[in-house]
Amino acid sequence: MNLHEYQAKELLKKYGVPVQEGIAVSTPHDAEEAYRQIKTQYGSNFAVVKAQIHAGGRGKGKVRETGINGVKVVKSVDEVCEVSQKILGGTLVTIQTGEAGKVVNKVLIAQDMYYDGPSERKEFYLSILLDRSKGENVIMYSTEGGMDIEEVAHKTPEKIFKEWVYPAGLLQGYQARKIAFNLGLKGDAFKNMVKFVTNLYKAYLGLDASMLEINPLFKASDDKIVAVDCKMNLDDNALMRHPDLAAMRDVAEEDPTEVEAGKHNLNFVKLDGNVGCMVNGAGLAMATMDMIKLSGGEPANFLDVGGTANAQTVEAGFRIIMKDPKVKAILINIFGGIVRCDRVAQGVIDAYKNMGNIEIPIIVRLQGTNAEEAKKLIDESGLKVQSAILLSEAAQLVNKAVAAA
Amino acid sequence: MSILVNKNSKVLVQGFTGTEGTFHASQMIEYGTQLVGGVTPGKGGTSHLDRRVFNTVADCVKETGADVSIIFVPPAFAADAIMEAADAGVGLIVCITEGIPVQDMVKVKNFIEGKNTRLIGPNCPGVITADECKVGIMPGFVFKKGRIGIVSKSGTLTYEAADQVAKAGLGISTAVGIGGDPIIGTPTKEAVELFMNDLETDAIVMIGEIGGGMEAEAAHWIRDNGNQKPVVGFIAGQTAPPGRRMGHAGAIVGGAEDTAAAKMKIMEECGIHVVQSPADIGITMAQLLKK
Repeated sequence: MNLHEYQAKELLKKYGVPVQEGIAVSTPHDAEEAYRQIKTQYGSNFAVVKAQIHAGGRGKGKVRETGINGVKVVKSVDEVCEVSQKILGGTLVTIQTGEAGKVVNKVLIAQDMYYDGPSERKEFYLSILLDRSKGENVIMYSTEGGMDIEEVAHKTPEKIFKEWVYPAGLLQGYQARKIAFNLGLKGDAFKNMVKFVTNLYKAYLGLDASMLEINPLFKASDDKIVAVDCKMNLDDNALMRHPDLAAMRDVAEEDPTEVEAGKHNLNFVKLDGNVGCMVNGAGLAMATMDMIKLSGGEPANFLDVGGTANAQTVEAGFRIIMKDPKVKAILINIFGGIVRCDRVAQGVIDAYKNMGNIEIPIIVRLQGTNAEEAKKLIDESGLKVQSAILLSEAAQLVNKAVAAA
Repeated sequence: MSILVNKNSKVLVQGFTGTEGTFHASQMIEYGTQLVGGVTPGKGGTSHLDRRVFNTVADCVKETGADVSIIFVPPAFAADAIMEAADAGVGLIVCITEGIPVQDMVKVKNFIEGKNTRLIGPNCPGVITADECKVGIMPGFVFKKGRIGIVSKSGTLTYEAADQVAKAGLGISTAVGIGGDPIIGTPTKEAVELFMNDLETDAIVMIGEIGGGMEAEAAHWIRDNGNQKPVVGFIAGQTAPPGRRMGHAGAIVGGAEDTAAAKMKIMEECGIHVVQSPADIGITMAQLLKK
């Protein structure tokens, strides 16, 4: 599950991680009020308006309708009002959102951290994530903050440091010090950084995050170390023990069809093709998508119906797939193990009848327990459903359907 | 021989009296698996499916001599169950549970390291040695006895492969579902290594999916050890968009190296017979063995 910047920052503060403070609002009027508060509290006319969407590249990205950037420095009430008006409700297109962009429903009015002071300001990069190959958490960090880290990794890999954390414990003191030394810090900034990373790692574990990225990780001119931005993903499997975090989910950021599918316990990912599919098992579902492509079609979705493919789940699946007008055929691919194929076939027939007239060709491939009986049921149902037993037969039927469409 | 489990394996079930545990334990008994007992904390001393129920894995091992455990415990308690089994000295632990928090598995992996135990899974269909022993949730009849080993990250795709192998006139020695999570006990390479050293396995089907580097690691190992047995490979997710999780917690393209195309290329370079279509697994294996 993804979180917004403002949500992630609220969570970090609970773990004693200093952040660039701010107030999240959804109207220009509230933005003004938030600006006044920030101004009083931090004694500066400068503030930052930051669009809150689940995607990076907001600073360089532009709101389609008004052409304004997704992050903007402001220095008066009027400006806050104007900028938030131009961002809120607009569609922000960034390098990560793709052409479609994302509608901005909230902006964060944040304090300005780039004030003048005795020491030099610096931007670093730091993230914590799972290293799958080692089965350990790793802290990745660099002196090159504020920019695209993948580019840094590509061009100057020597500027990226990694620190693996021993699985049975927390980040050790010497590791936190090593990070602060490698970032070239001294004095108060050094001490603040040690505290920052130690607490950040506690937050990562405590929140069951799967990825936590601070970019830029900022050293202010008074040696304060703060998270100016924060990108946080939570482990979906761990949400069961964090109901408070689960409640922070923003479904407006997700594909509405995927949200709908989730309500039916269907594992669905929307794609861009013309052949829909419904499969039991994630691996077989991906394999089926690949087969659709090899048969001349393009998969319109990933859909794993799980272990119980009955009339209700099949019908829900049909309805979700057919919301997309581009879908020209649907392939149902079920390998019946514990689930009997004849039951699934009956489910398909019932769902088909419930739905009334389905215009597009449906191809049902059922293999495994009672596959022959299932094929007979479908063939004798009188419905416009084609049946197959072998995967290769199903591929040929998809090929024909795509050619005819 | 075969690998991991055989007719002499003594299996215990953790989460024995739950719905899933009960259903699949009966199926395993029906298949002929030596299921010697089960564990449900608090129900020790009772009996279930004509087997004794124990409070702890240690008690069950002591009384029954079980050397394999299969886990059907809900995700919140599964990590604990794995560690309990490892601590009781169970040699092979098969964890079926899907949805274990990844930080729990970080702890588990560390906990079992150095112990004399092997973990299969989690989030897997289990292990089956055809006609001898089923420790999992797979439909037993699909796995006709033969000399092909299967290692796979996915459940139904394993059944699909086994079925195609049978239809091509061949059969299965052992099939191992290693699981689709980011952290699993036995990576592809280790399962492949077991098959390469198994006298009852002549060839291997290796099925992977997008995400992580396990298939590349296995491919390099196969090449470096002289491609001793033919391997047919398939990677699911050629059409998966980057950055999206495709059902399995571990099935997500994170960079340029863990796409299906990148993995297939490495596997081909290492002498594995990679099929583009999942429909060609059985037929390709049959053609290879005819040569």
